Amino acid sequence: MLEREKDINELRNKIEDLRKFAEEKKADFSAEIDVLEARLEKMKAETIVNLSPMDKLTLSRMVERPTSLDYIDKVFDGFIELHGDRKFGDDPSIVGGIARLRDMAVTVIGQQKGRNTKENVKRNFGMPNPEGFRKALRLMKQAEKFQRPVICFIDTPGADPGAGAEERGQGEAIARNLMEMVNLRTPVISIVIGEGGSGGALAISVADEIWMLEHSIYAILSPEGFASILWKDSTRAKEAAHKMKITAQDLLGLGLIDKILPEPPGGAHTNLETMATVIKEELMRVPFKTMLNDRDGLLDQRYAKYRKIGAYLE
Amino acid sequence: MFKINKVFKKPHYLIIQQNTSQEGQAEKNQEVQPALPAIPNGLWLKCQNCGETIYNKDFRQNHEVCQNCGYHYRMNARERIDLIMDTGTFKEINPELKSVNPLGFEGYDLKLAESREKTELTEAIVTGYGKIHGHNSVIAVMDSRFMMGSMGSVVGEKITRAFEYATSKGLPIIIFTASGGARMQEGMFSLMQMAKTSAAVAKHNQAGGLYISVLTDPTTGGVTASFAMLGDIILAEPRALIGFAGKRVGEQTIRQKLPDGFQKAEFLLEHGFIDKIVSRDNLKLTLSRLLRLHIWP
Ligand SMILES: [Zn+2]
Repeated sequence: MLEREKDINELRNKIEDLRKFAEEKKADFSAEIDVLEARLEKMKAETIVNLSPMDKLTLSRMVERPTSLDYIDKVFDGFIELHGDRKFGDDPSIVGGIARLRDMAVTVIGQQKGRNTKENVKRNFGMPNPEGFRKALRLMKQAEKFQRPVICFIDTPGADPGAGAEERGQGEAIARNLMEMVNLRTPVISIVIGEGGSGGALAISVADEIWMLEHSIYAILSPEGFASILWKDSTRAKEAAHKMKITAQDLLGLGLIDKILPEPPGGAHTNLETMATVIKEELMRVPFKTMLNDRDGLLDQRYAKYRKIGAYLE
Repeated sequence: MFKINKVFKKPHYLIIQQNTSQEGQAEKNQEVQPALPAIPNGLWLKCQNCGETIYNKDFRQNHEVCQNCGYHYRMNARERIDLIMDTGTFKEINPELKSVNPLGFEGYDLKLAESREKTELTEAIVTGYGKIHGHNSVIAVMDSRFMMGSMGSVVGEKITRAFEYATSKGLPIIIFTASGGARMQEGMFSLMQMAKTSAAVAKHNQAGGLYISVLTDPTTGGVTASFAMLGDIILAEPRALIGFAGKRVGEQTIRQKLPDGFQKAEFLLEHGFIDKIVSRDNLKLTLSRLLRLHIWP
């Protein structure tokens, strides 16, 4: 939980206590209560207005933050989860399957963090292994065959860096996805819902449009890792978070993403229903049918979108 | 082969030194290992792998491979081009592309200037075309001395243009990778180069073009997770470090000792991720034979 949220809860409790106390003692504390309530409202407003990049990083990683499955359940109807990469195994840190977006069948893929410690262990904290990326690719190719749009939810600290992942070709799995997604003959929308961590996030986010929730982040490396590598000091994560330009707002400004989806006051976790509605309404506005009717044009545009990324002098 | 350990009383050789000035994701991705000698004028060198003292001139003539143990030291881009391309045939393309500092990152401009001065290159990659035993090919050669061969906008752009050139001329392309991964100072611009270069590979594929990647020491991070692993044919130099995450990172994360030879070319060959390990003295011939096999009679 964010520091500010703790402060807000504390203040809320304080006001409650004061009210009870006033009732018990039959005393009038209404003036004091009014002052505190005004302060509470102000703090609530500031919580969402003045989030620093580090606040957003914290928020994006909060265990209370809604996960892919939370959104899949609310945004789509009749989700049927499909498992396995047909090569090695089934990676629980990536979920995927078929569902309906109102009347249209879509393929949905999401990186899945746990909603508690136990689930996080099962989900590998949302860090995919190669088989997760390969499962995602299998489902995307299936979507291409049946002309279903693909919706990807991005939420990962990064690809699993362990020995098993190396042995089974983590680099190859990510690379393959990047190459195949560029040429996937069906529309792809990717939405960063929490933490967009490095190559692991990129591996399921090559898309026609990249959206980010208002307080989500997308970074080349965790700010902690960045600080420890560039400055040999992981305690400078806050500074790194600022300098790395990882917020949705920064990345929209740099032209690296296409859209920011506003979060409810206090963040997505305070009102899943509202957040899911925003996502659903934005998805409903995407002209999937038109895109499917001109798939050559779609691929040309997608290529051009990535082709132009870069900053250099000639 | 020279064995002169007892010839001199005092050691009159240079230790083949580490490249210690690098930084970036590379550092995460790299264990300490022998690199090119910093001072090339010494008469004698001591191999950091086997400890043998070797004659500098022999070492150079042997394309920086230890004659005693066969250790392949890192080659810079110009030396690599000399090794692979027929003399006088190489023409560089897009040499003028220069990095900028898109995030306004403190110290990045200086770092770039230092690397340019040290390497006499404009960036961590040289691209161009020429002949290999008479066969035309586009080539791209990364140089790990330039900010650890990290991929920023310019590296991504030059690779993409090299692919586009190859595709448009109907030529094959060979890329020699040597990279610590992402150019962190460019943030998300750097990460997106992985997608951009992979897209360029895809276009070349669609046009039926041949792409051979040659993985040299070190090939890690975002380069491994993009064009390096997408070759129609993937070759590697003996004992080259090749991986996605760094060995140290892996060890820290999972708290287990990793097997010997983990993330070496031989490990990848064993696990089915590369086609062939080719020693440096055989590299040009192997490449030219592969090119020959892709020409319609
Ligand atoms: Zn040796």
